[in-house]
Amino acid sequence: MTNVEVGLELPEIKVNFKRSDLVQYAGASGDFNIIHWNERTALAVGLPGVIAHGMLTMGQAINVVTRWAGSPANIVDYSVRFTRPVVVPDDDNGVEVVFNAKVSAVNEDGTIKIDINAVFDGKTVLGKAFAIVRL
Amino acid sequence: MALNLESVGRSFTSDRTYLVGREKVREFARAVGETADVCHDLAAAKAAGFSDLVAPTTFSIAITLEIMGDAATSPEVGLNWSRVVHGDQRFKFERPIVAGDELTVMTTIEEIKAIAGNHMITLRGDVFASDKSLIAQVWTGLVERGEAA
Repeated sequence: MTNVEVGLELPEIKVNFKRSDLVQYAGASGDFNIIHWNERTALAVGLPGVIAHGMLTMGQAINVVTRWAGSPANIVDYSVRFTRPVVVPDDDNGVEVVFNAKVSAVNEDGTIKIDINAVFDGKTVLGKAFAIVRL
Repeated sequence: MALNLESVGRSFTSDRTYLVGREKVREFARAVGETADVCHDLAAAKAAGFSDLVAPTTFSIAITLEIMGDAATSPEVGLNWSRVVHGDQRFKFERPIVAGDELTVMTTIEEIKAIAGNHMITLRGDVFASDKSLIAQVWTGLVERGEAA
């Protein structure tokens, strides 16, 4: 890993989000907010439909980095802004979210800054998303 | 009830402890698609120098969101949870969380600001091991939507 340079692109990951994935994440995380599984409630509060947990998108996005770096133990800092919801329909196909990442800095202390991009329906859903990695 | 601006800088200790379970680590890893060996395979985790399975990067949200939410919705702070949208999130690690850790969380109200009729509150959770060493710091930014004008 001595030749990591700014601009290096990490392998892209495409993830399919279905309603069942939202239910699975709700159980694993303990976040049972109704807007992540009940269409009636989601519409009533002004959402376009059931939306994925922002934290599910954040949790999936870091896999672009951990698969390249080795494991979550390599992550020293990770932050995102939630800018758009991922709307997940009640069907068998789900929706696709595409995650990309690129090295944006190699720091003097040996850590590497990696910018992360998450795209759903042609638009980014995370803003200012980056991880600091120690290999 | 409105957010209490004077709560900025206040810290809230919780007497709850959270024991990180090995199967919970696996369950969370499956839910977020984390396939690293050290999150699933005990032998691999030990071979990599860890005492047990390594928790996925965002795992601590399963602990902190509720504890930090309890602090933010206390009468002293006054956050209305039913009007909250998750704005931003950060995790900073001193070391990875591993199964077997017994965690406690101290919540600090870092900032409250008004933006276009909404309020943004930034909470910091300091996550400690049972020996009181700091493992991670977790920042959660919540937007409290204002009442419709």
